[in-house]
Amino acid sequence: MNDHQKEEHWLVRPDTIRLLWKVFIAVLVLTVLAQLVIGVKGYFGVDGWIGFGAAFGFLSCLIMVVVAKGLGFVLKRNENYYREQPRDD
Amino acid sequence: MIELISPAYILIAAAILIGLTQGYLRTAIVLGAPLLTLVAIWLVPDGVVTTFSFLGYQIEPLEGSPLRRLFATIFATMVFGGGLYAFRQARWYELSAAYAYAAGAVGVSFAGDLITFFLYWEFMALFSTIVVWCGGTPGARAAGIRYAIMHLLGGIILKVGILGVVISTGSVDVRPMLATDFSTWMILIGLLINAAAPPVSAWLSDAYPEASPTGSVFLSAFTTKTAVLALIMLFPGEPVLIGVGLYMVVYGIIYALLENDARRILAYSIINQVGFMVCAVGIGTQMALNGAAAHAFAHIIYKALLFMSAGAVIYRTGKGKCTELGGLFRTMPLTAVCGIIGALAISGFPLTSGFTTKTMISQAAADQSLVTVYFLLAAASAGVFLHAGIKFPWFVFFQRDSGLRPKDAPWNMSAAMVLFSGLCLLIGIFPQLLYNFLPYPVEYQAYKAGKVLFYLQLLLFSGLAFFLLLPLMRRTLTISLDTDWLWRVVLNRVAEAGYEALATTGNVMKARVGKALAGLHEIAERHFRPRQKEDRERQGIFAQTWSIGGTALWIAVLLTGYMLVYFI
Repeated sequence: MNDHQKEEHWLVRPDTIRLLWKVFIAVLVLTVLAQLVIGVKGYFGVDGWIGFGAAFGFLSCLIMVVVAKGLGFVLKRNENYYREQPRDD
Repeated sequence: MIELISPAYILIAAAILIGLTQGYLRTAIVLGAPLLTLVAIWLVPDGVVTTFSFLGYQIEPLEGSPLRRLFATIFATMVFGGGLYAFRQARWYELSAAYAYAAGAVGVSFAGDLITFFLYWEFMALFSTIVVWCGGTPGARAAGIRYAIMHLLGGIILKVGILGVVISTGSVDVRPMLATDFSTWMILIGLLINAAAPPVSAWLSDAYPEASPTGSVFLSAFTTKTAVLALIMLFPGEPVLIGVGLYMVVYGIIYALLENDARRILAYSIINQVGFMVCAVGIGTQMALNGAAAHAFAHIIYKALLFMSAGAVIYRTGKGKCTELGGLFRTMPLTAVCGIIGALAISGFPLTSGFTTKTMISQAAADQSLVTVYFLLAAASAGVFLHAGIKFPWFVFFQRDSGLRPKDAPWNMSAAMVLFSGLCLLIGIFPQLLYNFLPYPVEYQAYKAGKVLFYLQLLLFSGLAFFLLLPLMRRTLTISLDTDWLWRVVLNRVAEAGYEALATTGNVMKARVGKALAGLHEIAERHFRPRQKEDRERQGIFAQTWSIGGTALWIAVLLTGYMLVYFI
């Protein structure tokens, strides 16, 4: 660890971040594996499948981010957009 | 009799006294009045308490029920938390307006008839506008005007609906109805405008972030949640609300994902969360209505907490955009921790209030076999974690180091945040405390191992998606267009085009009129022009001198003509 790293807050040091990623991935794997022990009683069958929550959550987010990104091309404007409009504000 | 005093009057009195007092006395009023209001709320018994006749209508300004007390309780709790958060920083008129605004919300909660309901409803619109204006910037002034126009418009629509219902039924009672005719549709639309439903959701994300850091804490709580209460009381089981709610849920997420301003992210997520409640009211079963009420209760606490956290950052740094912030956890640890608790609660993480209330709504959808609704709500729960649960704390307190090293929040702001964080956890860990006060009996188990595991998977993998997709979510110095573009730009341009058209028409008409006048002038000159020097030729015919004989002859002819006409 060099001097620069020592000055940084422990939470943002690359070592810590690597560790956090490892812990995070371990927790993710555990939540899916735990389903082997703890049965998830789905309401509609499909939501009781192993890892359904994980896949559904991840894919929903992926779709939402991509859709938002796509809409952003149409909807995003410079933040002064309305201020530049005549006789508004 | 103390029961006869509407709890709203206490807050109105406090709003007036805040303006008249100073120092410790004002502090005592700011903190004492909400507590006194809470006592008064719990002294209101079930059923109509006070009633009188006005213009032949039965006015019931005070009617109690478990649902009404629940909402009034959270409103008064919110006033206490907001007052504690704001009393050393906010100016007196902002506090005063906020207390009057809250009084309106409490008044609506206990309104037994539509006339009282409408009066308190407009009271809220009036004083919430003043809270927006207390932002003090030109942006706040303009947003406040747009906010006021939207709410006055909503008020008129509501009023038209109420009049129609009163005329057709002869009763002003607040009671369940369905949107079946013009009047009931007008009422529903009037309520939905306050709930920030499409297509006018933009008033909320436009106005709230323009208020002061303290003002937006108050604003986050009352308007939309009184609308939810009104929907529960007036339109339980109205099927339209399911679609409206789902639209709001998705809309809030998408716009929050695109947003750069920290408080505007939170504003969009209000619309998202209110969407859950509106959808639940549409489902309309006892479980769903319990869920809507419980979720509104929990939502007010964690949303205020999030706005408090964002407000503390803005108060200390003067900055509110994700692009300017980051790394603040170093010097604002308490604000960061409280913000994270609020963010976990809004995401419905197990052990927080959001989990114990939002899952009731999902349960209600599952009970009614509404498959699409259930899965959309589940997807939205994941989306909430994405746009508010991680995005807000990540961009404000972590991401890169912005170099800002502000002090942590002042003690009173910290106290309010700790209090509300505690409430988020309390309701999350001991949900029965809240369930006992819901309008219908609760036989719902929030914590089942399978369900907790399902939500943990859902949320944690949303977290994974967030960090993997971070490059796609780089913050930009932008805003996102919404339907308000139609009136802020298109309407403006139409008005300008109209103005120009009028100006052109005016110029053309001016030229025509000038020409016509010149013509008339010529005719007049021809007939009446007086003699000028010896120029007899150009003298007007009626301006010529006549001989006395000729004049007498003409008079004689006229008189004869007159007599002839008279005798005939």
